[in-house]
Amino acid sequence: MNHWPIIPILIPLAAAILLLVSHSWPMLWSRIVSFGAVLLLAAAVIFCLGLADSGEVLVYRLGNWPPPYGIVLVLDRLSALMLALTSALAIPVLLYAMAGTDAEGRHFHALFQFQIVGLNGAFLTGDIFNLFVFFEILLLASYTLLVHGGGVERVRAGLAYVVLNLAGSALFLIALGLIYGTLGTLNLADMALVLVQVPPADQALVRTAASLLLVVFALKAALLPVSLWLPQVYGAASAPIAALFAIMTKVGLYAILRVSTIAFDAAPFAANLLGLWLTALALLTMALGTMGLLAAQRLSIITANLILVSTGTLLVAFTAGNANATAAALYYLPHTTLVTGGLFLLAGRIASQRGALQDLAERGPQPRDILLTGGSYLVLAVAVAGAPPLSGFLGKLMLMQSLSNAGLAPVFWAFLLVTGFISALVLARTASVYFWEPERQAPAVSAGVVIQAGSMRTTALLLLTAASPLLMLAAAPLSQYARATAEQLHGRAPYISAVIGDPAAIQRERRP
Amino acid sequence: MELVVSAGIGVLVAAGLYLMLRPTSFSVVLGLTLLSYAVNALIFFAGRLNAESPPLAIGGANGIADPLPQALVLTAIVIGFGMTAYLVALALRTKGESKTDHVDGREEA
Repeated sequence: MNHWPIIPILIPLAAAILLLVSHSWPMLWSRIVSFGAVLLLAAAVIFCLGLADSGEVLVYRLGNWPPPYGIVLVLDRLSALMLALTSALAIPVLLYAMAGTDAEGRHFHALFQFQIVGLNGAFLTGDIFNLFVFFEILLLASYTLLVHGGGVERVRAGLAYVVLNLAGSALFLIALGLIYGTLGTLNLADMALVLVQVPPADQALVRTAASLLLVVFALKAALLPVSLWLPQVYGAASAPIAALFAIMTKVGLYAILRVSTIAFDAAPFAANLLGLWLTALALLTMALGTMGLLAAQRLSIITANLILVSTGTLLVAFTAGNANATAAALYYLPHTTLVTGGLFLLAGRIASQRGALQDLAERGPQPRDILLTGGSYLVLAVAVAGAPPLSGFLGKLMLMQSLSNAGLAPVFWAFLLVTGFISALVLARTASVYFWEPERQAPAVSAGVVIQAGSMRTTALLLLTAASPLLMLAAAPLSQYARATAEQLHGRAPYISAVIGDPAAIQRERRP
Repeated sequence: MELVVSAGIGVLVAAGLYLMLRPTSFSVVLGLTLLSYAVNALIFFAGRLNAESPPLAIGGANGIADPLPQALVLTAIVIGFGMTAYLVALALRTKGESKTDHVDGREEA
């Protein structure tokens, strides 16, 4: 059996345990271990990406129990893509945090690694109960990372976030209980096989469970009625944490995509369950995010609203249910995650240079290093607004083309273009306040330590700023990969046969 | 029996939801606890209600109880317990910093 699928979980887990054990050692040790683990993980993930790109679906059976009885990890193209994205975001975020954020509270690095364990596990698992467990790991790490550094604002936002997610977890468990009660399995591939044989009497219960599951994932992805928590929480978190959280909403979207394409779409009665509702809510999420953009007064809140907009955009494409739209969305997803992550880091940088004003869009001292700060602002803003020549433009173009035949095309095009225009407007307005209307007072002279810390933060910011131009340059191979991923996902059969093998060999019992 | 169990779960959920919507974090914690009791019971009974059947394949026993929900519910209990402990710690810290138990960190104006 190929052991690669479990490596992306084991590396951060081992690092986290090591960091917990040696937490009283000097900070330098923690930083070396943590950063080393992330680099090692990136190398392993690149190898996994190569494995997955062969088109084979790699299945890892824990304890070598034959599916559907044991727990499986599945590495396919989609998992590998999400793993790569996690690593690509984690490296600059950790680099930024190592410049001082990690010393504001205890156990930062261990929690950071646990967060990555949860993320990678959620992307790799082939079993929805395990998905729940990895969700809880990443949530518990995120609860503590959110309040890292303390402060009444963060603790208050943290309380709301924890309560909301605990309620979400309860709903998740209710859905799992109902699914197990009706289908008798929690393995995604096996669910697809069992779903087609569900007797009509149980179908309503299965549909209820599936809808509950979608509600939970929508909560993680921040879809409209359950999205109102996001700006407050992301605005309260410190810059590198908020940047890491940029991928958290994508976990919800990933789960929606994975569970519906592999399992629920297999049976007509459960397929496309909340179809039109989800599409409508996704469009409304885009609208609400855009209104939030207009109302926001801080760059970090603007970025949080940009995340809402991207959630809506991606979900419209995912609910379209065809491989073209999914492929376009899978090109757009890494772009939006890395660019919003970069914007959070930039907001942190600007906030650290403007004293008490923080990143509030009001006249104040001009940020230092105007070329660097202003330059990365320009690149990130152009990318996120979807203007040429960066990856946002290409991603949006691909999305629009892929949905051009859908009935909703005119509405979606209008929403996408108007939100892009308003994002550009808001970011331009904010930039003009930051960079062009400074008060005539020189910013405070910085100490040597700040400059040293600044160089790590600068590197981190530059790495994420470079993401969009790089995604643009690598657009051809990336979109090919995204297309192959979408086809593999919507093909469904290779995934199921890789996990289950011979369905006839499973002995099923009809339960009362 | 099924009716009693489902009604019991329903009452727990209703009470949990009511408490969760209260404005003090103490009631919210209690509400979440009740909700997680209800959820754990639901998962446990997803393996069907059957008496006198062990979760092991023993010869002569009156059928086998499904062992998987028992494993699932154990995991859910542990996770729920840890999460509730963290929530209590966080609620205490909020109370310490904002001097009120109100979930928004301030009393209604």
